[in-house]
Amino acid sequence: MAQTAVADSDTGPSLTELARSHGLTKAGRLPRLPEYTRHLWSYRHFIAAFANAKVSASLGSTKLGVVWQLLTPLINAGVYYLIFGVLINTKQDVDNFIAYLCAGVFIFGFTQSVVQAGSQSITANIALIRALHFPRASLPIAVSLVEVRNMIASMIVLVAIVLFTGEPITFQWLLLIPALVLQTIFNTGLALFVARLISKITDIRQLIPYILRIWMYGSAVLYPVTFFAERIHGWQLALVESNPMLIYIELVRHALMENVELATSAPLLWLQAAIWTVLVGFGGYVYFWRGEKGYGRG
Amino acid sequence: MADQRQPTVIADNANIVYRIYGSVAPGANSPLASLKRIMTGKKSAAVREVHAVKGVSFVAYKGEAIGLIGTNGSGKSTLLRAIAGLLPVERGGGIYAAGQPSLLGVNAALMNDLSGERNVELGCLAMGMSPAEVKEQAPGIIEFSGINDRGDFSSLPMKTYSSGMAARLRFSIAAAKKHDVLLIDEALATGDAKFRKRSEQRVRDLRKEAGTVFLVSHSEQSIRDTCERTIWLESGVIRADGLTDDVLKEYETYVNK
Repeated sequence: MAQTAVADSDTGPSLTELARSHGLTKAGRLPRLPEYTRHLWSYRHFIAAFANAKVSASLGSTKLGVVWQLLTPLINAGVYYLIFGVLINTKQDVDNFIAYLCAGVFIFGFTQSVVQAGSQSITANIALIRALHFPRASLPIAVSLVEVRNMIASMIVLVAIVLFTGEPITFQWLLLIPALVLQTIFNTGLALFVARLISKITDIRQLIPYILRIWMYGSAVLYPVTFFAERIHGWQLALVESNPMLIYIELVRHALMENVELATSAPLLWLQAAIWTVLVGFGGYVYFWRGEKGYGRG
Repeated sequence: MADQRQPTVIADNANIVYRIYGSVAPGANSPLASLKRIMTGKKSAAVREVHAVKGVSFVAYKGEAIGLIGTNGSGKSTLLRAIAGLLPVERGGGIYAAGQPSLLGVNAALMNDLSGERNVELGCLAMGMSPAEVKEQAPGIIEFSGINDRGDFSSLPMKTYSSGMAARLRFSIAAAKKHDVLLIDEALATGDAKFRKRSEQRVRDLRKEAGTVFLVSHSEQSIRDTCERTIWLESGVIRADGLTDDVLKEYETYVNK
């Protein structure tokens, strides 16, 4: 029996009622936030397996394999040492400039790679999204996990550099752990945020390298944080010093090194770091969840 | 009469629109054209909309097997994805389903750099299995796919597989789970004759356990074998919905015109 679509759509409301009376759920309905979070938690093994798979897939074609996770930060530090320590030979009035520089480079690099990989986590996996049903937040979170592994490798290198350049081991070193935990949550929120933003407005991907570069110059990575206070004042200085990356970098330098000049007092820095973590971590998660049902559209 | 049967999938005036970026005619993306667009405030020509499914409505009941036919690009696969909740339906309509329908497709993407074993693990976890279930099922999945028939291929990266082997592995992973509403997209056409026989048997088993089955296929024979009801989609609109024999007869006269 042939029926046309036009005839069918006349019976529209009654079909919806029929669905409701038999307890059918709408396909592509947005789950509530607690329900979504529970669902995401039940996929934790998938997230871990996906993160592991990404690492093995990217290192699988190299001969050295996992050794690259240690080599990459070492080479990175070597390049900066060559340019700033040997060629330009700036000491910038910092006692231990090499350790100071590497802390900045590695901590900023952690967030930078999460943003870069997170921005592609939806668009690069569109075939997987269209084929299987899993909470989409798994993908940016897996990206963040991959970078945590890389970060741990670069922290081993950083600690070696810090020790090698003559810093003493103190109890303050323990502060490194909460600082990195806060930054990891911040990064995950950021990855979720850029993943949705770029899946909607692809043009922004072109801007990301420039945004990251400006952000790096504003985070006192290559020069001491006192550089800003000497040049700008008032609200401009307040703006630069409330930059979350500057705060996380300062916390790590403060934890690992003696005699580091901070922009503000350490307790205030911790408070600011905590606020940024909650704001970006939770905000990015909610923003991503709101778009959950649209990612398959591409 | 319809009230006595239990509906499992209901589509109510479902419209599905793809938005495609960057596929523009030559010249439309030149700086001058872009500037003109910004000045006149017109919508970017870089975004094109494809209205793949237009106002489709139907009710599927428990125990039914429904074939979906239509020429290439008529919106069959898109409709299946929307039933699975993988593609959003436009406002003003909706698709309702009992439980979580699962899409069994041959194009479920896996990671080509990883071994077959790791892909089995990843695929099962992505379908929501627990690690214990994965451990239990993995050997069976690899055996069913038959990729180890000629030596130990399951530990080699998937990029070394032939396209038939990869398709067989993907089908085996997807068919490892039981489903309320099963959506099958051309899955029966994968692999060699030997594997096709095995996979048809597996689909029949899955059908017994599943409430409702949707089958997209270009093979009229497999539609005739599995489905008593058929929906014919053409350019995103339902042309016919009824008994398989009647619909296929109409479809044949249309195609052979």
